[in-house]
Amino acid sequence: MKIGGGVLGASVLPFLKVLPASAAGKDVLVAVTGQTINSLDLHRTGTNRASYQVAVNCYDRLVSFGTKEAPGGGLSYDYSVIEPELAESWMISDDGLLLTFKIKSNATFWDGRKVTAADVKWSFDRAVSVGGFPTVQMKAGGFVRPEQFTAVDEETFTVALDRPSKLSLPDLAVPVPFVINSEVAKAHATEADPWAMEYLHKNPAGSGAFKVLKWEAGEQLIYERNDAWVGGPLPAVKRVVLREVPSPATRRALIERGDVQVSFDIPNKDAKELEDKVTVYSTPIENCLYCVGLNTNFEPFRDPDVRKAIAYAIPYQEIFQAAAYERGSPLWGGESSITDTAWPRKSPYYTDMEKAKAHMEKSGYAKGFDVPFSISLGLADWMEPTALLIQESLRKLGITGELEKIPGANWRTAALVEKRLALHLENFGGWLNTPDYYFFWAYQKGHLFNSSNYENPEVEALVNETLHMPMDDPAYAPKIMRLFEIAFEDLPRIPLWQPALNVATNGAEGYESWFHRQLDIRPLKAV
Amino acid sequence: MPSRLKASLMRIAQAIPVVVGVVIISFLLTRALPGDPAVYFAGASADEASIAEVRESLGLDKPLIQQFFLYTGDLLQGNLGNSLSSGQPVLTDLAKRLPASLELTLTALILSCAIAIPLGVLAATRPGSMIDHICRVLVTAGVSLPTFFTGIVLIYVFYYLLGWAPSPLGRLDFIYISPDQVTGFYLIEAALAGDFEPWLGAVKQLILPATTLALFTLAPLARMTRAAMLTALGSDFIRTARAAGLSDGKILYGYAFRNAILPVITTLGMVFSFSLGANVLVEKVFAWPGIGSYAVEALVVSDYAAVQGFVLAMALLFVALNLVIDLAYTLIDPRIGFDAR
Repeated sequence: MKIGGGVLGASVLPFLKVLPASAAGKDVLVAVTGQTINSLDLHRTGTNRASYQVAVNCYDRLVSFGTKEAPGGGLSYDYSVIEPELAESWMISDDGLLLTFKIKSNATFWDGRKVTAADVKWSFDRAVSVGGFPTVQMKAGGFVRPEQFTAVDEETFTVALDRPSKLSLPDLAVPVPFVINSEVAKAHATEADPWAMEYLHKNPAGSGAFKVLKWEAGEQLIYERNDAWVGGPLPAVKRVVLREVPSPATRRALIERGDVQVSFDIPNKDAKELEDKVTVYSTPIENCLYCVGLNTNFEPFRDPDVRKAIAYAIPYQEIFQAAAYERGSPLWGGESSITDTAWPRKSPYYTDMEKAKAHMEKSGYAKGFDVPFSISLGLADWMEPTALLIQESLRKLGITGELEKIPGANWRTAALVEKRLALHLENFGGWLNTPDYYFFWAYQKGHLFNSSNYENPEVEALVNETLHMPMDDPAYAPKIMRLFEIAFEDLPRIPLWQPALNVATNGAEGYESWFHRQLDIRPLKAV
Repeated sequence: MPSRLKASLMRIAQAIPVVVGVVIISFLLTRALPGDPAVYFAGASADEASIAEVRESLGLDKPLIQQFFLYTGDLLQGNLGNSLSSGQPVLTDLAKRLPASLELTLTALILSCAIAIPLGVLAATRPGSMIDHICRVLVTAGVSLPTFFTGIVLIYVFYYLLGWAPSPLGRLDFIYISPDQVTGFYLIEAALAGDFEPWLGAVKQLILPATTLALFTLAPLARMTRAAMLTALGSDFIRTARAAGLSDGKILYGYAFRNAILPVITTLGMVFSFSLGANVLVEKVFAWPGIGSYAVEALVVSDYAAVQGFVLAMALLFVALNLVIDLAYTLIDPRIGFDAR
């Protein structure tokens, strides 16, 4: 027995009924991914990265980012343009300390209730109170206490900042500060669970472009369009079925046959080989670098000549071919003088064994030394070929050692928390796309992604000065360029390449790449 | 048969120390895994304070012995805890995934028995013949081809090239809405609901993964059948039966086969339990939401509750399986009784 139109919700569908195969035409898109969604609530402890897409597709934020043409084809979000989502307009006070948002008067939640400033306040209070990742991300924008948020009237919401910062407004466009239907949530809150974490974990309650029709953990998520959405242009498809298919080979067969329209986050190798058969978008991930970390804990790496010798010995081009299949952007062989604030940027180093040997001769370790090269098994697809090629090259400088493979669950503890890996690879990417934000996380003492234990008083001062400074401040560019100079001179991290996020489509268009590296289904269209 | 019931209860009682042992060992082993779940689940940009918060909310800041008592206390109430990686209660996960694995494994085993046992019998009755060689080739190929390889080859040929098989998208194609959980066995549920089309859809999805797994489990069964049949056919009672002039059919199926089936059942039990946990590669290739891939994912991220729940479920399943096999023995061979042991 078949039913037409696909307009009925799953809850009213009788058991095991069939949707018409033709529904997989213009109204329905099927997407596959290798990742698994483990919660419908981003704020919950233990919510994984793949689940962030629910916050993107099912909830609204006050503001969103614009859209631009991405390098390498397709579309990308545009960090420089902030667009309205739930907010109709906003104002920043002259001293930069008060953000006032006017909420769209026609915005409603899925249950038909109007979105009010009180919902926004409750949601923001939740984000800064629940701890863990959401609270950390809110802090990046200067949002730390519930007292900062005020619902002035039904449609007016204000945020008071402790200091003006260019990161505040963009930080409201990341997936974290999404707006929840606070009435529904409060009805399911308990004394032990005041933020309704248990309820929202499985039952989203938002105002976003799509509702969750069905979620089967480890199998699939079915989105259904919210026809009353006012956060942006109404999506073209009524329903999106997201299936979890762990094996890349199977995903590849599915997209090639055209039985699914989107294959999200495909391996670099598939991206290269599928290019002639289906549409492949390989969008470089903004503010993300794959790099070699040289830990200052390890005595020889304190010698600047050793670090430069390694930077000249790395076989960049071979690595880019073998590990990245030339997806992304090379980050070596740049100009030696720095004249702009573009980031990620090419380092002035390139493969030159003569220079490498000369630096090694000058150093205190002319005879070489032994150092293990640590990689994560969870990221072995690019880390292993990269590490092997670098090791082979370093052997010519007398730098030898084992390849130490660390299980994925252990990697973060070893590399980022304990920061104990001497020679390793690192892949941090900042959500907020400014160089100072990258340096804040990766070059400041004690910060999580500073896996090299790097410490430089000038860098500390420069990052602190620039982090909240507007980018059009005349003092900004010189300070950032100075940071680049120091980074390339001191080399705690040697940039290799800027990775790309690969997505294949066959029968869908309108794909837009986002910094959060999750599938935004709202602009997708079936063709 | 009250004596058989009593014996069964005795066997179940004997399993209790085993289960207790499994609970303790699985608890200790998961804690001995490398990796810190608090750090892992705190997320990408967590700082030390938020990692500590996560550790506290997971109860991992307490001493090990206290954690153990909390765990066993929950266990006694039937609460296996929450899986961090799937975000669901472990019991829900198991209730959903175990039937998926069982459906696949049982189908594969039925398929495999249907081929392996006749093949083994034929090979044993005609040693050195063509059929014996075919049996040997099939067995060698089945064992030596890893399941993920067979799986990918089958997908490539039957789905990608020929287009005969449906999309390898798990238990049901996306055009079907999967049922709400009742038994978890789609074939049974669809048949009960009298829906032929989704039933056929579920069968179609099953064919390739079940064939993959059947090819792999074929080998031990066919080998064992052949060997057991050869032994039985060469034994004294068969010679006596032949001398007494019994018909070939009676000798072969009435006497030799009935004796030979015992070791085959034993092997079947072993193959079943082995393939239930080990078909993780088949599950990955066919996006089958089974228990093997669940356990492996949980293990990789040190998801304690999920790993413990999996080990415990498997232990209980094995206890039940052994009991069933023992009961099957007594049905097949009247000489074997519980009372004898």
